[in-house]
Amino acid sequence: MSEDKQGMFGAHGTGDTSGYGGLVASAASAGSAQRPFGGYFDQVTDDLERAYPDFADAIERVVVDRGELTLHIKRERLVEVALILRDKLKFEMSMGVSGVHYPDDTNRELHAVYHLLSVTNNQRIRLEVSVPDIDPHIPSLVEVWAGSNWNERETFDMFGIIFDGHPGLTRILMPDDWQGHPQRKDYALGGIPVEYKGAVVPPPSDRRSYK
Amino acid sequence: MSTYADPYASSRETTEGTVFSVTGGDWDSLVTEIGQAKEERVVVNMGPQHPSTHGVLRLVLELEGETVTEVRCGIGYLHTGIEKNIEFRNWTQATTFVTRMDYLAPLFNEAAYCLGVEKLLGITNDVPEKANVIRVMMMEFNRISSHMVALGTGALELGALSPMIFCFREREKVLDIFEFISGLRMNMAYIRPGGVAQDLPTGTVEKILATVKDLRHSFKDNEKLLVGNSIWMKRTEGIGYLDLAGATTLGVTGPVIRATGLPLDLRKIQPYSGYENYKFDVVTADTCDVYGRFLIRINELEQSLRIIEQCAEKLKSLEGAPVMVADKKIAWPAQLAIGADGMGNSLSHIREIMGTSMESLIHHFKLVTEGFRVPAGQVYSAVESPRGELGAHVVSDGGTRPYRVHFREPSFNNLQSTSAMCEGSMVADIIGAVASIDPVMGGVDR
Repeated sequence: MSEDKQGMFGAHGTGDTSGYGGLVASAASAGSAQRPFGGYFDQVTDDLERAYPDFADAIERVVVDRGELTLHIKRERLVEVALILRDKLKFEMSMGVSGVHYPDDTNRELHAVYHLLSVTNNQRIRLEVSVPDIDPHIPSLVEVWAGSNWNERETFDMFGIIFDGHPGLTRILMPDDWQGHPQRKDYALGGIPVEYKGAVVPPPSDRRSYK
Repeated sequence: MSTYADPYASSRETTEGTVFSVTGGDWDSLVTEIGQAKEERVVVNMGPQHPSTHGVLRLVLELEGETVTEVRCGIGYLHTGIEKNIEFRNWTQATTFVTRMDYLAPLFNEAAYCLGVEKLLGITNDVPEKANVIRVMMMEFNRISSHMVALGTGALELGALSPMIFCFREREKVLDIFEFISGLRMNMAYIRPGGVAQDLPTGTVEKILATVKDLRHSFKDNEKLLVGNSIWMKRTEGIGYLDLAGATTLGVTGPVIRATGLPLDLRKIQPYSGYENYKFDVVTADTCDVYGRFLIRINELEQSLRIIEQCAEKLKSLEGAPVMVADKKIAWPAQLAIGADGMGNSLSHIREIMGTSMESLIHHFKLVTEGFRVPAGQVYSAVESPRGELGAHVVSDGGTRPYRVHFREPSFNNLQSTSAMCEGSMVADIIGAVASIDPVMGGVDR
C-alpha cells in the first residue's frame, strides 16, 4: 500500500513522450491511530481490551481513517476476537468478507476485510487480516456468523485465500474447473483488440492510461 | 425401467443412481419409471433456466416425496466481473459499470459506490443540497419500481397473473420519470461522484407530483388484488419461515429481517444523503414469513411516496441550485444536456471550451482522459437498497482508478437463507420463499 510510483502512465512501452515518465509519486497510507480515536471508537476498543486481555498481542494496529475504525488482527486470534465481538460487544452481524490483493506488501500480500455491524449499539467496525501469498490460510468465521459461508467462498474464488474450517470451500461465482483467482492483481483482465475503421483499439488493460 | 427410448424423458445409469433427463412436456413415462424405483429420495435440479427461479438461479433439491430435505443454490451464471473491470476504468467511469449489477436498483448501486468515493475524497459534506434531494428522490422512485417487480414476479411465480400486469404498468410510470430526468430508463449512471450527472429538466416537480398522485391511486387497486386474498394467504402464510436469530447470523437484511420485527433500516439508523431530514416510517412485520415480507413491500411503497413528496417540496425552492460539487478538479462534466441524439455535453459548454477558453478545453480534456485522483485509503459505505444493506468497500491507492471495489450485495447474502427457509417444506413453497427474498441475479453474481 505504500509503494512509490514512477511515471504517470499505466501501460508501459507505449511511447510516453510527455516527459512525465520520470515523475515519482509516493503513496501515503493511513498510519496507526493514537488515542483518543474519537466517536465510539475509544469505547469499543476499551470494551474489547477489557473483555479480551490479550488485546495488545492480537491487534497489530488500530487505524482510524475517514471516520472508520479498522482493527488489524493476527489470523490465529481472529476467531477468539470475533466471538468476543459478537457476544460481549454485540456485533451481531457480519456484513461480509472482502479480499484485497497488495502484491507489493511483502509477506502480507492478501488481506481479508470483515465489516461488522452492531444493531444493538448502531456501530460499525472493520477487521483486517493479512496473510502471505505463499501461506494463504485464515481461520473460517462460519461458526461465528453463519452468513460468512458464501462470502468466504467468494473470497476464496476470487483471491485464493483458504479459510480453514469452512464446511465446503468451493468456487461460487467462477466455474468449478476454473484456473486461477480472477481478482488478484497478477491475473490479467483479458480482452481482445478490436478493429474499428482501420484503427485498433487495445483491450482496457493495455490502453495507455494515467495512474 | 422403460423398454423404449423416450426422446423427452430418457434415463441413464450412473454411479450415483439413475439419472432422468426431462426436456419436454411429456412427464408420463418419467412418472412410470420413478414409480418403479425403490428409492423415495430424489435429487431434482431446478434451473438455471426456469421460469420460477427468479433469474438464472439454479437450485439443487433433495426430495423425500414432496418434502424438501436439502436445498443448495448454484449461482454465478451471471458473473460479469464488474468488480475486476472497474479496476481498469477511472473513478467516474466505474458508475457505468456498477449501475448494471443489480439491474432493478441501478440508482442504489451508483449511490453506494459514489458515497464511498466521496468519503475517500473527503467531500461528503460538500455535495450540494440539491444533488442530495435528487438522489433521495430518485432512489425512492427506484425502490418503488424494484418493489413493483418483486411483487409482480413474486405473484406470477405463485400463479397469480393479474398483479404482474398491474405492477409492470406502475413500474413503467416510474421508468418514464427516470427517462424524463436522466434520459435513460435503466442503468442510467445518473449519480456521479460529487453529485448527479445533470440538473432536472423544467417541469420536473409538476410531473413528479402528478405521478405520485397517479401511483398512490393505482397502488390501492393493486393492494385489493392480494392483501387478504385467501388463496394468496394460503400460499404465503407461515411459508419460508426465518426468525430474527437466523436472519442475524446469516447477515440477512432488508424486508426479510424487517419481517422478523426488527426495524433495521439504514435510512433511519445511519442516514446518508440527508435522509434524516425526511419524515417516514420503517415498516415491519412480525410473522417472519413470505406474507409478512409481501406486506412490508406493499407498505413501503406508501412511505417512498411520502419521501418523494417531501423531495418535491424541497426542490421547489432549489431552482437553479448546483447539482455537482464546486471543486472543478472533481466535478466531472456535469453540464450535460439531452440533445437530439441523446445525452451529451451541453452546447453552451462545447461553445465555451471550443470557442472562447483554451484553459477550459485543457481542463476538460485532462479531467475526462485522466480523471481525478483519490487519496489512498479504504472506506465502507452502505445504503438501504430495496433488498437490504448494499455496501461498497472502496479501496484507493491514490491513483485515478479504483484499486479494489467490493460490493456487499444484499441479494447475495439474503439468498444464503434459502436453505434455512425451505428445508423441511414442500417443493411448491420454495418458489414462494425465493420470491420473497427477491434476489436479483445480476447483483448476486456481479
